[in-house]
Amino acid sequence: MGPQGMKETTNMRHWLPKAGMAVLAASLLAGCGSGSGSEDAGSKPPSFKGRGPITLATGKDTTGVMDKVLDQWNSTHPKEKVRMIELSESADEQRQRMIQNAELKSGDFSVLNMDVVWNAEFAANRWIVPLPKGEIDTGSMLKPTVEAATYRGNLYSAPWTSDGGLLYFRKDLLEKAGAEPPKTWAEMKKTCDKVLKLPEAKGMSCYAGQFDKYEGLSVNFSEMIHGAGGSVVDKAGKPTVNTPEAKKGLKWFADAFKDGTIPKEAITYKEEEGRQAFQKGDLVFHRQWPYQWALANAKDGSSKVAGKFNVAPLPGLDGPGTSSLGGHNLAISSDAKNKATALDFIKFMTNKENQKKRLLLTSQAPTNAALYEDKELLKKFPYLPTLKASINGAEPRPRVVQYGDATAAMQEAAYGALSGKTSPDAALAQLQKKLAGVNSK
Amino acid sequence: MSTVAAPPPSPTRPSSGQQHDPASAAKKRKRDTTRLVAFLVSPTVAVLGLVVGYPIIAALRESLFSEKKGLDANGFVQQGEQFVGFEHYIDLLSGEAGERFWNAFWNTSFFTVTTVTMETVLGIAMALVMHKAVRGRGLVRASILVPWAIPTVVSALLWQWIFQANGVANAILGHKVLWTTEGFQAQLAVIVADVWKTAPFVGLLVLAGLQLIPTEVYEAARVDGAKAWQQFVRITLPLIRPVLLVAVLFRLLDALRMFDLPFVLIGAHKGSVETLSMLAYDEAANTRYGPAAAYAVILFLYVAAVAFVFVKLLGADVFSSDKAAAKKSKSRLKKPAATEVPA
Amino acid sequence: MSAIAPERPRRFTRPSPKALLGLAGTAVIVVYCLAPFYWMAVSAFRRSSDLFAISALPSPWSLENFGAVMEAKNGFLRALLNSVIVAGTTTILTLMIATFTAYALARLEFRGKNLLLAIVIATSMFPTISLVVPMLKLFTNTLHWVNTYQAMIVPSMSFALPLAVWNLTAFFKQLPRDLEQAAMVDGCTAGQAFRKVILPLTAPGVFTTAILTFIMAWNEFVIALSMVNRGSMQTATVAISRFTGATGFDVPYGTKMAAGVLVTVPLVIVVLIFQRRIIAGLTAGAVK
Repeated sequence: MGPQGMKETTNMRHWLPKAGMAVLAASLLAGCGSGSGSEDAGSKPPSFKGRGPITLATGKDTTGVMDKVLDQWNSTHPKEKVRMIELSESADEQRQRMIQNAELKSGDFSVLNMDVVWNAEFAANRWIVPLPKGEIDTGSMLKPTVEAATYRGNLYSAPWTSDGGLLYFRKDLLEKAGAEPPKTWAEMKKTCDKVLKLPEAKGMSCYAGQFDKYEGLSVNFSEMIHGAGGSVVDKAGKPTVNTPEAKKGLKWFADAFKDGTIPKEAITYKEEEGRQAFQKGDLVFHRQWPYQWALANAKDGSSKVAGKFNVAPLPGLDGPGTSSLGGHNLAISSDAKNKATALDFIKFMTNKENQKKRLLLTSQAPTNAALYEDKELLKKFPYLPTLKASINGAEPRPRVVQYGDATAAMQEAAYGALSGKTSPDAALAQLQKKLAGVNSK
Repeated sequence: MSTVAAPPPSPTRPSSGQQHDPASAAKKRKRDTTRLVAFLVSPTVAVLGLVVGYPIIAALRESLFSEKKGLDANGFVQQGEQFVGFEHYIDLLSGEAGERFWNAFWNTSFFTVTTVTMETVLGIAMALVMHKAVRGRGLVRASILVPWAIPTVVSALLWQWIFQANGVANAILGHKVLWTTEGFQAQLAVIVADVWKTAPFVGLLVLAGLQLIPTEVYEAARVDGAKAWQQFVRITLPLIRPVLLVAVLFRLLDALRMFDLPFVLIGAHKGSVETLSMLAYDEAANTRYGPAAAYAVILFLYVAAVAFVFVKLLGADVFSSDKAAAKKSKSRLKKPAATEVPA
Repeated sequence: MSAIAPERPRRFTRPSPKALLGLAGTAVIVVYCLAPFYWMAVSAFRRSSDLFAISALPSPWSLENFGAVMEAKNGFLRALLNSVIVAGTTTILTLMIATFTAYALARLEFRGKNLLLAIVIATSMFPTISLVVPMLKLFTNTLHWVNTYQAMIVPSMSFALPLAVWNLTAFFKQLPRDLEQAAMVDGCTAGQAFRKVILPLTAPGVFTTAILTFIMAWNEFVIALSMVNRGSMQTATVAISRFTGATGFDVPYGTKMAAGVLVTVPLVIVVLIFQRRIIAGLTAGAVK
């Protein structure tokens, strides 16, 4: 249809309330009902043609690294400049803005910087387009990061940064107590018993993670379940959380709260509160992301534990634990103009050289596997091998379309069990039921 | 209206011979008034209709529709919507969703009653002190503006900062209260932060009301031997009533729609502080626009009902017809009016 | 008896114990209002390395956080300017049209007055967060207002108008009609009487309404966040929400507190200056 006709329809659409608009728009723009989804998913060449200016919608980057990278791109692509649209700091608000943008079909956002867990939801709602096969160098990337970017066999976003949980431990105290970094939760507790008897460890607590009721709790909860050999959902997204393994996992942490292995106030910890506690020297062990490494090693007096800690892979119930996967992917919005430019830009951002730059300047973990062996990087980030192991063994959080409901249900179950309001058994039974309901929503 | 042929049966002053002129003049005046009213009122109506009226109507419609559920064979979310009537409303009020709804309803009401009561009392106290302050009036005014002037985004963060497990609130109390965990302490944290931020709103408005009361009224009362408390109850309170009622009414409306403070300070999905606005937000965030709109409409109706009852019970002054109000205020202000007009 | 009541400043008639009581009350209010703000300011003046200290004074004092706020890439000054433009325009326009409407409601006889009052306030009954998406649709598709000042001004006006209309109506009604009638006897038209008698006499009310409107608009966040995606158009509250740490996990509390101080203090000072000037000016006009 001509632009004129398009405009007419657009004008008419404003006066139809929202939902009606969405239907009309969907039928106009997608040109297909629900039945023709397979064709749509496979077709790529026609939609990756346009070239010209694009935008990158992303949470703010105060390091200024993004500006530098964009300047570099813009100076070599004067006709295909990228403008950065800075979204709010909170991940929830970023997601909201991206969804609004998609539902308005506005095309204001071309490339989206998405949290890994949004991939399934954005793909299933056709808010983002599948990336053409063979364009993104997935072979060079850590496998779990590629899996997390894939929905029903198609790659929908390019893994850009990654993240995995690490067990931070007080090297100095463990050495004094003659203990090795623990492989299991029980070992960790035993080590603590020894360490906490040391005079230097007066007033300290054993362990903390992120236990406040927010996304971080879903991350930690998944690790409790996976670390005990259980799973939250299976490959097809069916809930599998009401199992003896899962119960053992959650119960260990609920008990740890009860007996003081985990301090009471840890129920209010997000990343930052936990980091403060660790830096003040209140914790022997701390489950945390790599970002804490540089900050806790700061020599400006803010950290009392600078140089006194190291990292190990997360422990589990009977052996090494399993981290949840974090990180960000770049995707192309369905309504973006100039998709060819957008694709080139994504390839540019995720190439090895730029990932390395990014790691050096922001200490954000790369998805490129080779960088974890890079000598220069290893000198600055000695934890890279541990992190690589953590990411390689990582399980994504449930890849379900209604992720918002799934994560709320997980938080509810975990928070109830950890704060002692519900028994782990009851919490998981209820979670199983809720997750089954989420799938049908 | 102007096409009525017959002259009104009782013109304003059916006195002497010239019956025609006053009648048609009254009619003309009426038409002029109508025109003037239309001119004076239309900008307000236009702005409100454009940016608020349209969304409300859209939400009403949307609450009766449902987006299709589930995924198709290829894993895509099904497109389309269907008319479901009042299904969302019925669903939200019963079962598991109902539990969450009634909890949020209770929280909303509880927060409203507690915060608005405390804000009113504190606000009046602040206004009286400011009004009577001999010294440091500028200082009080400046400080009372501060809580209200700090952007909510920042103020929620500030209180989060204060109420941290290792924060200054616990340091002062000497006891580690976990404010942001589920329970009464979380509600208390929200109430403290909200009262702090908005009591100045009531205070400023009441102060403005106080400033409109002519000094002579008090002089007269003192001559009559009224005590301070009697003066307050018999003179001050009735005179500031219209302003106070507007202040409290708008605080009610805001408190019933409370969102940012519990959301940022305590967090989402925490039953002890979840309000109806937060429920509506949460449903929309999970792309269930129908139920989200239904929550918004229910909250809207609830607020409207509360406002209606409030105005009916207490606010006759604001809503009362012009003449009655004029008469009332005239009789109240007779003395000062008499002193001021000739001057 | 009251006709000859001397125009004596009240303060001299107050006995001194009462003055003391007033002073105590003043002190309590000042402490209550400023204590949390004090904590904010103190936190802002700490170095980021001792942000979590709980000493009553920062040691050492540091401007590090303020420097971070002002860094050029944050565009904070520009954001402040945008806030001034948006909140200023909102206040002026809101006050103007609300005064019109309130005058009609307080002084003119017409049918549907109560209905109008009810409709005006009803727009303040819908949850604001539920307005964002429909409003965004309207502004994106129909009006093409995204990234403009009016996309922030008009919604802010709509949030402030109900309060302004109701408030002004209440204040106008509080004054007896005799005042205007007397002025009209002196040869003023209704409009002149309103402007020269009612407005000056209700100046404290009008001014308070203006302050409340200005601060409401100044603090508006959700709309400004959604309607604008260009850095150069963002307002101060939005700019603050975009301060993040290097990794996205670390929250720069200190920077945000400093920004909060920078947003609040000038506002309070400006309001105080205006208050003196405007009220003095208006009431001076009324006396004559």
